[in-house]
Amino acid sequence: MIQPFKRVFESVIVGIEGSLQAVPPTIMLIILSLMAWQTAGRRAAMVVAGCLVILGLLAPEAWGLAMTTLAIVIASVLLCVLIGLPLGVLAGKNDRFEAFIRPVLDTMQTIPAFVYLVPVVMMIGIGNVSGVIVTIIFALPPLVRLTSLGIRGVNHSVVEAARAFGASPRQILRKVELPLATPTILAGLNQTIMLSLSMVVIASMISVKGLGNEVLRAMGRLDAGKAIVGGLGIVMLAIVLDRITQGLGRSGRDRGHRHWWETGPVGQVTAMFRKTK
Amino acid sequence: MAGSEREGVIRCEGIWKIFGEKSRQAMEAVQREGLSKREIRERFDCVVGVQDASFSVSRGEIFCIMGLSGSGKSTLIRHINRLIEPTSGAVYIEGENVNAMNPQALRHLRAEKIGMVFQSMALMPHRTVRDNVAFSLEVRGVAEAERAKVAARAIEMVDLTGWDAKYPDELSGGMQQRVGLARALAADPTILLMDEPFSALDPLIRRQLQGTFMELSAELHKTTVFITHDLDEAIRIGDRIAIMKDGVLVQIGTPEEIVTEPADDYVAEFVAGISKLDLVTAARIMQPLAQYLKANGPQETGAWPVSKPSDKLNELVDLAVGTDHPILVAADGQPIGVVTKRALLRGIQGRDETEGRAA
Repeated sequence: MIQPFKRVFESVIVGIEGSLQAVPPTIMLIILSLMAWQTAGRRAAMVVAGCLVILGLLAPEAWGLAMTTLAIVIASVLLCVLIGLPLGVLAGKNDRFEAFIRPVLDTMQTIPAFVYLVPVVMMIGIGNVSGVIVTIIFALPPLVRLTSLGIRGVNHSVVEAARAFGASPRQILRKVELPLATPTILAGLNQTIMLSLSMVVIASMISVKGLGNEVLRAMGRLDAGKAIVGGLGIVMLAIVLDRITQGLGRSGRDRGHRHWWETGPVGQVTAMFRKTK
Repeated sequence: MAGSEREGVIRCEGIWKIFGEKSRQAMEAVQREGLSKREIRERFDCVVGVQDASFSVSRGEIFCIMGLSGSGKSTLIRHINRLIEPTSGAVYIEGENVNAMNPQALRHLRAEKIGMVFQSMALMPHRTVRDNVAFSLEVRGVAEAERAKVAARAIEMVDLTGWDAKYPDELSGGMQQRVGLARALAADPTILLMDEPFSALDPLIRRQLQGTFMELSAELHKTTVFITHDLDEAIRIGDRIAIMKDGVLVQIGTPEEIVTEPADDYVAEFVAGISKLDLVTAARIMQPLAQYLKANGPQETGAWPVSKPSDKLNELVDLAVGTDHPILVAADGQPIGVVTKRALLRGIQGRDETEGRAA
């Protein structure tokens, strides 16, 4: 039963990795910098570009390894969102579910990864899929917690007003609670990304390729140079991802009530169109 | 439906709201044994929010519920659109039992027939003024173009044209509450529920908004339940006033009735400081003509100023300062009573004409 699921999963990860590897480093650098500019502003874009240049110059193979790691992180985070968001919403709405899930999340965060590494490998085998599952166990909790916190933090009187004007529970969630909880949820997403990146070294023990594997091999051979390449690479990648996602959590008010398409590089492009109109 | 017209657009029947885990048992015990509030608290650890409230609001009427904070008035108003379920009793809107409605029918009722304004404004900070105002239409699935049209009309009604694309936090408190009012009016509901709408505003802005509201309600004739803790506001706005204390409706009546015939000491204390000038009518303080003639003998009334029974004390004072004669009260050209200077002055004081008269 696990095998077909595993195969689909594996091909998704391979697909993500393939497309990341296919993009030339310079183009990727520009894309990521533009994304940072869009979400967090020009200064963040410069930091991102700088980090990516350092990453590329570390060693000839560093860029490719980083893309492999990035693919694993993206796959893990996507799954975390798919699982964590609904759980967080449920926990935010239901006190009993919150009381149930809280110790579960505590356990997931505090139990040493080595404890669940073995059973996961026994059930699924070594490789990327197990790596992603292990990563999810560690990285999921903050997203659930902060989604719940965000939903609970929505002003009660605004929800009451929505009810008074005839909104259904689903409409209240979609039109009121989720939009107002978004900054908190995105702070959770940022944490989830950071935690999944911190799992790459441990995941490499069950044969996940990438920067983490580099660190692991360097440890085996006491090769300081290799360890620095892997370690610094992970740090650079972490700064890049952090800068891009940190800016997402700013509320509309902080942006001066402009829509996202009115700021950053996209804003420049659309402004051109708006002017010509 | 002629029947429901007579019954009133909103009718609350024996509403009880008991808060607490054992509210059901407490309610049963109340019905069986008629417990007092203290006994309910001691035996069931429950708090009575509303105690046996019944009233009816007819079409186009403005019904004020006045009470201090904690008196249960905000709890009571939330029963009308069933934001709160009563522990016992029922609410009828145009003859239909709100508490028997399924969720869908209830949402329809809220979106189409009832507009509500909140003390805390409760605007959605992530939506523009226009999208806030059109919210009830949006949840009903009204098309975007129609929504924009309706919202523009509602925004114009509250004099906020040009602010449609702003966000609530870019507006002042008074303007925010105008948006709240526009949101309540947008769907052209039959009923307006106003939960202390102007209490959080500065006195000057409050006056302005009361004015806007009264103009609008004179024009639109919405059946309105208006909550306030300010008796002046209740008197200025309400056609009828209900005084609420500790969850009980102590007295329901017109402003004049409340001021001149307070039901108990609590109400009397409240109305003590209220000016009678624009409330009390000639009809209330006049002496019947026959009685006056009997006491004072036949009079030549030709030179006396004449007023209508519905004229307020203020107008009577205007008449009285121009003459030494008493004022004749006439209905349909027929003299029916007399207001003496003594009666007028005592009326302004809020006391009876006979009080302190030398025997």
